Amino acid sequence: MLDPTTRLAPDSARVRSSLSGILRISLLLAAIALLAGFLSACGGGESESKKKVDAFRVGLVFDIGGLGDKSFNDAAHRGLLKAREDLGIEFEYYEPAEGSEREAALRIFAAGEADLVVGVGFLFSDDVKKVAEEFPEKKFACIDMTYQDGDVIPPNVVGIKFREEQGSYLVGAIAGLVTQTGTVGFVGGMDIPLIHKFEAGYRAGFEAVRPDGKVLIRYAGVTGDAFQNPTKGKELALAEIDQGADILFHASGSTGLGVFEAVRDRDKLAIGVDSDQQAEAPGHILTSMTKQVDVAVFDTAKAAKDGTFQGGIRILGLKEGGVDYVYDENNSQWITPEIRERVEALRTEIAEGRIEVPAS
Amino acid sequence: MTAPRGRVGGGVDVAGRGAHSGIAGVLASGWVVGLAPAVLAIGGGLLLGGLLVSLLGVSPLEFYSVLAKGTVGSAFGWGQVLFRATPLVFTGLSVAFAFQARLFNIGAEGQMLLGGLVLAWVGAWTGLPGAPFGVLLALLAAAAMGGVWGAIPGLLKAKTGSHEVIVTILLNFVAFALVNYLLTRGLALPETVRTAEIQEGARLARLTEWVPVFRGAPVNAALFLACAAAVLLQLWLRLSPHGLSLQLLGEGPGAARYAGLSVGRLTVLAMTGAGALAGLGGASFVLGYKYYFEEGFTGGAGFLGIAVALLARNRPLWVVPSALFFGALSYGGFVVNRLVPRELLDVLQAVILLLFILFDQRLGRKRT
Repeated sequence: MLDPTTRLAPDSARVRSSLSGILRISLLLAAIALLAGFLSACGGGESESKKKVDAFRVGLVFDIGGLGDKSFNDAAHRGLLKAREDLGIEFEYYEPAEGSEREAALRIFAAGEADLVVGVGFLFSDDVKKVAEEFPEKKFACIDMTYQDGDVIPPNVVGIKFREEQGSYLVGAIAGLVTQTGTVGFVGGMDIPLIHKFEAGYRAGFEAVRPDGKVLIRYAGVTGDAFQNPTKGKELALAEIDQGADILFHASGSTGLGVFEAVRDRDKLAIGVDSDQQAEAPGHILTSMTKQVDVAVFDTAKAAKDGTFQGGIRILGLKEGGVDYVYDENNSQWITPEIRERVEALRTEIAEGRIEVPAS
Repeated sequence: MTAPRGRVGGGVDVAGRGAHSGIAGVLASGWVVGLAPAVLAIGGGLLLGGLLVSLLGVSPLEFYSVLAKGTVGSAFGWGQVLFRATPLVFTGLSVAFAFQARLFNIGAEGQMLLGGLVLAWVGAWTGLPGAPFGVLLALLAAAAMGGVWGAIPGLLKAKTGSHEVIVTILLNFVAFALVNYLLTRGLALPETVRTAEIQEGARLARLTEWVPVFRGAPVNAALFLACAAAVLLQLWLRLSPHGLSLQLLGEGPGAARYAGLSVGRLTVLAMTGAGALAGLGGASFVLGYKYYFEEGFTGGAGFLGIAVALLARNRPLWVVPSALFFGALSYGGFVVNRLVPRELLDVLQAVILLLFILFDQRLGRKRT
């Protein structure tokens, strides 16, 4: 029989030597980390003391995608930065990545020092309502909030909605007045009701000024990926250009970057969305349909700070300045004074309720 | 020695107790050697993490104290971590199960997604019986759905020899598209990306109902289901002839064929079982937290399950602590979000895994 000790001795020796090798690596790592820790400890340290003690505090939770999307989330962030500048508020934020983190973030803010808690995006609708009921002394806001008929909105919640179809109507009219081929295109991101609002308004606005024209409609897909697929966006845009479209409106997140590339390649025009997207393709952006998320965030923070906060659903259309289109020195070459006048007349008609813009 | 790796530690253990005492004996004992790569990898990863954090101008001390306080430093944090770990146990078990037969299930994400949709769909059925049968029915349906989705690559491998890695990856995309198609074509409530709420009879209780300190945290009874699944799977692999056959197949198709086993049937079994386990991954979110299916609810748990199984060396019982660890890390990314970009914790996860593979290979080679 084999004596166990004769097998063990070399085995354990080898184990020990390889462990000591790893130990050496680990010690090295530890030394580096400690050194780095000391270095950073010397540099840091002032961040905590900057906070004001009695400032009005806002906790903001971003939509999926987080900061740096050049659109929705960044607009909300701009609103906060302006509020810090003008109103002297303090703010903190979270960028949730997963379903349960939205509620967790709202809860952490509500249970902490925040006076106003903001959820950016329709995904927050249920979470905001739920957490707000548990923290009645705190104020809550939800951008793009969805609700069904009969839903009860707690009194400490304001749900902010935008009439995207109204802004889209105006850029549709601009497209109809500027187009030379009589054919324009629309590139949607995900094929869902929210994006159908953009399409419906755009189409209605175009047809109002150009009843004989044609609107080409294409969607990038049925998954969330449809909002971040520039390759697909370019493909769809080129297809529409080949069918005669000379102006393309996109409502497709970063998929739209492909649309911009297509209009640059073929020397056509594009219409941006959410924020002013002029910088993405200078010389090829006819205008942008803007959604004033920053204004909404700023106004809500101001109201909450001043004590004029009112719960309920606020719907921001053209009349309230919630949606708009960009008109400045970059696009006055296309949007002539006559066109501008015509579009502004439409704006007035919509604001006064004489034109009913379809949302689907 | 050609013994399968999982049992080598035990052999050394016997020898260790017999002869040496002192440090060498302890080091050579199976437990310590078995855990050493994981401990070293986690330690090394955390050190490197501290380095990265300090490069970003944040003090590592502050970083780790915020991380610890937010995750394991409060009942709320624990509730979040346990909630996060629950689906990871299921997907980790899924990957580990397929790997018994040396098959790679990269499709847990799609299986979990489809299983989750079925949970919500069956759960919302108005004719559903009350608890516990409603829950049971929903779980069975989800496991069946995941099982079918897993069986496809199994069958394709058995019949045509097409590689399960490719097929499972591609089936993920099919699952994403299918789920979104169904959502946009009627399953989702208007203007949302979620389904209707499930019936009372299909709901799993929140842990807050028994342990009030978890107030507000989403952890729920699905955690117990996950742990039970791990225990049952471990027993099944040890005791059932099928479990042993799977492991024999893992030694190589030649060995299995020589033993008179049907390689094709075992392949399908391994992938179906893996799919069924992943199909249950949504139980925690759909039956125990939100009570509905929501687009993107998986949060990548299907893919992270691969890492969970790897760190657990594909042993079902070890999947539980491994899932807990990865659950803490992924919730940790959210916790430290106010200090550093949350992607840093993803980097940390990757570093820990790489170190683990490195250490495990070095130590593992020495051991055999």
